[in-house]
Parts: sequence; structure tokens; C-alpha cells
Amino acid sequence: MEATSRLAVPEDLAGLRERLKDRLDEKKPRLVVCGDTGCTVRDSRELAAAIEKILSEQGLSDRVELKVTGCLGFCEKGPLMLVFPGAILYQKVQPSDAGEIVEKTVLKNELVERLLYTDPESGLPVACAYDIPFYKLQNRALLETCWYINPLDIYDYIARGGYAALAKVLGGMTPEAVIAEMKEARLRGRGGAGFATGLKWEFCRSSPGEEKYILCNADEGDPGAFMDRSLLEGNPHAVLEGMIIAAYAVGAKEGVIYIRIEYPTAVLKLEEAVRQARELGLLGKDIFGSGFDFDVIISKGAGAFVCGEETALIRGAEGKVGEPRQKPPFPADVGFRGKPTVINNVETFVNVPLVINQGAALYHSTGTESSGGTKIFCLVGKVKNTGLVEVPFGTTLRQIIFGIGGGIKDGKKFKAVQTGGPSGGCLPEAMLDLKVDFSDLAQAGSIMGSGGMIVMDEDTCVVDVARYFLQFLKSESCGKCFSCRVGIDRLLEILDRIIAGNGSVEDLALLEELAVTVKDTTMCGLGQTSANPVLSTLRYFRDEYLAHVRDKRCPAGVCRSLFRYRIDEDLCAGCGACAEQCPAGAIKETDEGCYRIDHGLCTVCGACAETCALDAITKD
Amino acid sequence: MSNKLPDVEEILEGAVKKHGLAVVPLLQEIQEHFRYLPEEVLRKLSQKTGIPLIEIYHAATFYNSLYLTPRAKHQINICTGTTCHIRGSGKLIEEVFQVLGIGPGETTSDGNFTLETVNCLGCCAVAPAMVVDGKYYGNLTPGDVREILNKIMEKAAVEE
Amino acid sequence: MVQMTLNGLRVEVEEGMTILEAARFYGINIPTLCYHEGLSPYGACRLCLVEIGPSGQSKLVSSCTHRVEEGLVVRTHSERVVKRRKMLIELYLATCPQSRVIQDLASKYHVTRVRFTPRYEDCILCGLCVRMCAEQMQGKAIGFAHRGSNRKVATPFDVKSEECRLCGGCMYICPACQSRCQGPQEEEPLCNACLNLDQPCLNYFDDNMCFMDPCVACELGAGREAKAKSRDGRL
Repeated sequence: MEATSRLAVPEDLAGLRERLKDRLDEKKPRLVVCGDTGCTVRDSRELAAAIEKILSEQGLSDRVELKVTGCLGFCEKGPLMLVFPGAILYQKVQPSDAGEIVEKTVLKNELVERLLYTDPESGLPVACAYDIPFYKLQNRALLETCWYINPLDIYDYIARGGYAALAKVLGGMTPEAVIAEMKEARLRGRGGAGFATGLKWEFCRSSPGEEKYILCNADEGDPGAFMDRSLLEGNPHAVLEGMIIAAYAVGAKEGVIYIRIEYPTAVLKLEEAVRQARELGLLGKDIFGSGFDFDVIISKGAGAFVCGEETALIRGAEGKVGEPRQKPPFPADVGFRGKPTVINNVETFVNVPLVINQGAALYHSTGTESSGGTKIFCLVGKVKNTGLVEVPFGTTLRQIIFGIGGGIKDGKKFKAVQTGGPSGGCLPEAMLDLKVDFSDLAQAGSIMGSGGMIVMDEDTCVVDVARYFLQFLKSESCGKCFSCRVGIDRLLEILDRIIAGNGSVEDLALLEELAVTVKDTTMCGLGQTSANPVLSTLRYFRDEYLAHVRDKRCPAGVCRSLFRYRIDEDLCAGCGACAEQCPAGAIKETDEGCYRIDHGLCTVCGACAETCALDAITKD
Repeated sequence: MSNKLPDVEEILEGAVKKHGLAVVPLLQEIQEHFRYLPEEVLRKLSQKTGIPLIEIYHAATFYNSLYLTPRAKHQINICTGTTCHIRGSGKLIEEVFQVLGIGPGETTSDGNFTLETVNCLGCCAVAPAMVVDGKYYGNLTPGDVREILNKIMEKAAVEE
Repeated sequence: MVQMTLNGLRVEVEEGMTILEAARFYGINIPTLCYHEGLSPYGACRLCLVEIGPSGQSKLVSSCTHRVEEGLVVRTHSERVVKRRKMLIELYLATCPQSRVIQDLASKYHVTRVRFTPRYEDCILCGLCVRMCAEQMQGKAIGFAHRGSNRKVATPFDVKSEECRLCGGCMYICPACQSRCQGPQEEEPLCNACLNLDQPCLNYFDDNMCFMDPCVACELGAGREAKAKSRDGRL
């Protein structure tokens, strides 16, 4: 560790960086282990410990650096490990592999072939991470840093140019110039609605009053999205740097990071980052000797999805019940503690230092005319390469799902992609060439949201999916406004009827009318978008709804009232494994020595079909 | 946690000093000490701070991570995020019911297990996922769930 | 004073007023369930929705919470507003068919069907009682608990509240617990005994053309024709 001394002027940062130059030594052998939740579930922590033990046993600790970082991105293949120099990616690494990796790759410069990624098309192993299509097709402007820094060490961040943007801003830019830069960069809020960041800051700056606040929305509640968690865990100082610059631009002295309690690791890393930043004088009084004061507090959410909505977030950050209120007034005028407030999401703040460092023109050269830069998506679901994906705005869904994502798992057919979390929409194959951008997605009946992207295959029933999202929103709505609380409940009632096989064609019209009413009449963003799953599936998959209500059939074989399991007696070998598994005791042996399902007892749980080694049990 | 009951006055004093009148942080602090929010403590909190009891009650019932009833020894959280849903988290919940006889939000009669569903644990890449007593498990099948639960029960039986 | 456009008319209203207050001042009736003059606005029943902004970019806002602004364009009875409002009333009917206030609203706004299963709930969560207790009676004996579809009005820990002075203010103001008038026939989710005429203008125009209350479906011209074409022939 470096001696901790306060950075009094911007030049001190440059001096410190000079002293940290060793950390950028590309030739020094370095082992990077992913410490993100996805990989730690699969024992990456034990892997890091095993490597550490071997390094110290062999007296290599000084010569070889071991680093536990944030998310490396390719979660599908976790636990992941990178070996430098050369950025060699090892996948599905177990603690028992540690010895071989040190011995071969570190000491002898040889590859451990069985741990390399295999290109599915050529069948050949690929060593360098940058050559793997999953990474090659991305533009990892924000995520790249996570490969190189220990999130618990501020000097790692500084060595790689961290806080340089802040030094530049405080060393001679006016707040107006910072705002102009954000506007010219076409930086738009990554939290969902895509509001222009510069404009938001300007509104808040020009709002009367001395006391202003910066709020960071780290209440990432969308199921199937973990971009913000990965950034907080992988690069917490970038979030802080963005917040400090924002505070300078709008004239705020205090900031709050509202983070959900389901992310305990992110909270710890953030707390440590704040402590370190304070120690170096990057938070607190007279930052870089500019006379500008700013500090942040961390406020822990207590578990409510609705707190991601900005007016609810304000109340949550104040320690109250997170119920939204009708806008206007907007938070830029009346926000935290009733004062003008800027609320941006984690990813937006991480973009801010990048805009300052690159300059608006260069930043804006990536992306589309209306949205500058890149966007991080969580590519999950029935896709081959799940993980964290960063692409410029304007990339098509097809490029993301079939290029980076490698297509659909297990040779199945693509059915839909759901963007934007529970309030997003499901888009069909015909929309795959849609460019990912705020306005294009909205026009197609979905939303950008915070960047969840869930791929569904032919085994997914869209009616069931719509029902799932409404079920989620039903318990997550605050319940204050009538049309959201009762509207969602009644939408569910209709969907339940359809799924149970009791729906009618008239139900579809009622479903649509009610969904439009909910969208149009509710108070906050949660309610207004809550009907999107229903409206988008009705728009693109009406045939499937019709199959449910008219033919009483679930084409995907998901809705249990609308299909039965059947044992093909020609294929059945009479092993009886299914009967053993059946929790309802519905499978009986016949006189011919095979088995048959008693549909009166069967609960359609599917345990038998999963057990059958001969695939003799099918949906009917 | 020691067997000695924490001193209510002392805890409230400290919590108010730290968090002022912000209800949610106060409740979070109380819960850290008691593992849930006992009614008499909340009544004392209301008397001490002047925050209307109904506001405290509203906050305590509004947020998922605040509990008005004692927690079980072992906490099972099954993720029902979108990815986990389409990868079969429903079957895991059914399996817990098969093994322990409890559904989401319920506690076994011996007070050993509580099952809860959570919206998203943020580890969609290993869906379906589950957390038992803070340890994450991923890529689960119903059989895995049965095995994990059986192991915990065996361990508990040995300890007793 | 602030200049704004209210249903096509240029009007002057006092600064700080809500759209609802301004509309009522000019004699235009906007239905409400969670609003009361003596209590703070709440914006939850959604019945007082009005359309604001230029057409094409207009949106619906609750008029009880939205303050008037210079140059604001407001439509209180546009086709979109009336259609949504009717759907909301239908939802209210299905939630609480035993409430006289809601049945009256249905009759007044010509809601003649209920396509959802009636639930006979006791409460529509308009929050009037909660605000009455806190703001007028300085009680804070009741409030909300839980969230989403489990939200309810409750006392702390669901036992008798120590703060309650049994003043009855909560019951006095409740729109849901006022029982329906008892008709001769069996009670159905929909009463419609005092059914008003449907507004025929919306078959022809984007907005209501007058604000007669109740509507008389103008016996002249277009109105007469509309009557013949009226959707369900109940006129």
C-alpha cells in the first residue's frame, strides 16, 4: 500500500499516478480471478485462495500478482480467470486447477488447453480473451477497466487514470462547461427513461436555492438485470467520481447512494471505496484545493422494487416508506429533503468520467445520433453465452443475441426477447433487426429499461411470461393508486382464466382495453409501464393467446391445464423409474408391462418426463 | 448472538443518535439486534421519538427485508427473478414444499426453516439460484435442493 | 392570475390553484373519490384525470394534484378521458358494488356493464379516513400497512389503537361504506336505477360539447340522431 496522504491539488494526482506506474507493467505475470457473485457461487473464492497458497509455497508471491476483480463478463463459463500477459481466458476453473495453471502458464508459458474456450464453429480452442467472439464483438468502454482493478484498492483505479476526469474538472472547468460537455456527448440516463443527463443537471442547477443533492439510484430491482451490481462491485470508484463531477456541475454538497439490501457485497465495496476516497481527500472539504466540498452517504434500501422510481427513491433515501407521488413537481425542483435533486443511475455516473476524459466529440462518435456511448446489457435466459455485454447504442438485437450471445441454447428456436425488466415488452423474431436505442425500443412497444435482456426459446409460453411479470408487479406495486393496484390484479384475473383454459375471445379484448387503461391512468412509472408485458405479447403473439382461448391449447406446453403428459407405450421399456418419481402416485403399471398415467391423479408436474431415459413421456 | 437479551433502551438510544428520525434505518438497526422487529420495541421507539406508531408499522410491513415475526434458524431464499423463473425456479419451490412442507413466506412448525422468494439475486447466469443461510447455490435441480436441505437437517441433528 | 385554456375556453385562474379547483370554479364537474376540500390532495383514485398538453403529446394527470400553469391546455371531458374514466368506474363497481357512492357514479357516467367478477370489498383505499384522522382530528390512529395488492387501512399491529378517540370521523367520510338504496329486485353488481343519459356528443366530437349535469342528450339535431344510434339502446 502507498502512504496515504491527501491529494491537495490536481498535480498531486499526476504525481501519485507516476509513482504507481509499476502497476501498469504489462509484462509482469498477473492472475485475475473473477470475484463477482456469479463466479463465487461456483467457488471462485476457493480458487483464489488455492492460487495464493501455491504462490506463497513456491515463493512466487512477489513476482506474480494475484487479483480478485469484479465481473469478467462471460458468466456462462464461470468461474473465470484471466492470465496476463496475453489475456488468456480460462473457463470453468476449479480450485484443483490452480497448481497446473501456476506451473504451466505462469512458469513455463504454456497453455492449459482443457480450460480454454472452444470456438463452437471451428471446434478449435481460443486462448486470448480478445479473440473470443463473445468479447470481440463488444465495445467494452466501461467494463474493460473491471478486468484490471481490484475494486477494494483505490490506487489500482488511480493507476489506470481514475479521478483524472475529476482533476480536470476541478482544475479549470466551469460547471456550465461540464453540463455543456454532457449535452454535447448526448449522454442519456441509463436508468430506463433515457432523459438527457446534461439537461437534467441544468434544470437542477438553475433551480433556485443553495442546498442541492445528488442521488445515485443503485436500487437495481429488475429481475434478470445485474449491470449496476457488477459496476458497483467491479469499479465503485468510477461511480463516486461521476457523482462528484455531477455535484460540482449542479452545485450540490451532499450525495446519497441508495443501494438495495439484496446486494451485500456491493454495499461493502462501496463503503470501502468511500472510506478510501475520503482518506485521499477526494470526498470531503476543499477537494483538490478548489474550494468545492462534497461528501456522500450510503443509504440501504429495505427491499421494495418501487423504490427504483425516482419519487419513491427520494422517500426511500429519506428513510420513509417508498411511495411515489404524482409529478410535477420534478425532483430537479423538489427532491431529497424537499430540495433540488439530480437522480442518476449507477451506469450513468460511470459514463461521466469517460465523457470528460475522452471529450464529448470522441464519446459521441460511438452510438447513435440521439444517444451517445455504449450500453451494458445483461444477456440471460435461453441463450448460449449468458453474461454482461456492452455494445454501442444502435447495435441490433440480432447482433447481440446471435453474435455475442451465440444464439439459442440446446438447438432450440428463438421465440422472443424481453428487454427492460418486468415492465418491458417481449419482441418477436421479426423485430430482431431493431436497433437498440431508447426511441426505437419504445416504438416497438418495449423499453430500454436499465438493460435487462432475457432471451426466450420455443419452450416459453408468452401468456405465462406476461402472467409472471404481472404477478411480480402485483406484489411490488406500492398499492397507492387505484388503477395500478386493482388494474394489475384484474389483468391477472383474466390471464389466470386464460391459462386455466377458461378464457374466451372476448377476454382478449377486455385484457387489451384494461391494459391500455392501466398504462394511461396510473400515477408513476411502475404503473404506466406495468401493462407493457401484456400489450407487447398481445401485439406480437396474438396467435398464441388465441390458441389458449379458442383451441384450449398451450403451444409451448407450459400452462398445465392445457396439456397432458402421455407415455408412448411403444417406447416405454417398463423400467418403472417414472412411477417411482411421481409424487402423486398417478403412474401405474399396465398388464402389458409398460406404464400409464392416471390423468385424474396427475398434477402435471413433469417429474416423470424428466426422469425417463428413453424420452417416452411427451406432452400432449 | 449472545443469550443475554440486548438492552432495549441502550439500542434505541444508539440508533436514534445515529439515524435521527429516519424510520427505515432505525428499523434496520433494531432488526440487526433482535433478528426481527418485536412489537414492544417498536412501541418504545414510537414513544421515544414521537414518530407515530402507525408510520413505523407501515414501514415495517412495506419493505420485504423487515420482519414482524421471529425468523427461523435457517433461511432459504429462492430466487424468482425472470431468468430463474424460465429456468424452473417454480420446481425448486415445489421441492422445498415436498421436503419441508412449507410454501413461500412460511416457517416450519419446529422453527427451523423459513422459505422466502426473492425477486432477483443478480446471479442470473447460474439460474435457478437459491441462498441458504447466506450461501449461494446455482444451476439447481429439484434433486440438488433436496440434497442441500437434507445435509442441513443431518448436520442439525448431529449438533443436537 | 394565470391564463390557461380549459376545454377550449381561455380562462383566468388564481395562481396556486389545482386544475380540479379551477374546473369546479368554472362549473365543470369532475368526479372524485379520494378528494375532499378539507384534506390534502392524494391523487390515488384516478377519477379526476384530465388531459393536458397539446394534442399528440398530451397526457393524463390527476387534476387534484396538478397546479395550474401559465398557458396550460386542459381538457376535462375528452374522449380519452371519458373512456378511461368509465373503465375505472367499472373497476370500482367490481371492487365495491355495495357502495352507494360508486353505484351513483356508475349511473351518472352511464357505466352499464361490469365485466369483472364482483368482489364486495370493504375498502377502495382512497385514504380519506387516514387523512381525516391525521389532518382534521390530529389522531394518527389509523394508516396504511403492507403494499401492493395486500395494502390495507389498519391500526398499528391490527389491534385497537391507543390514539383512537372513537370520534367516528373515518366512518363519516368513507365513500365505500355508505350502503346502496334497497330496490325491489335482488341486488346485482350493477344497479343503474337512476341511470343518466349517455353523452351523445362523443360519438361525433373529441370532447363533450356542454357541461349540463346530468346530460340531457340534447333533444335537438345531432343529439336526437345519436339517441337512435346509441350503443346499447337503453336511452
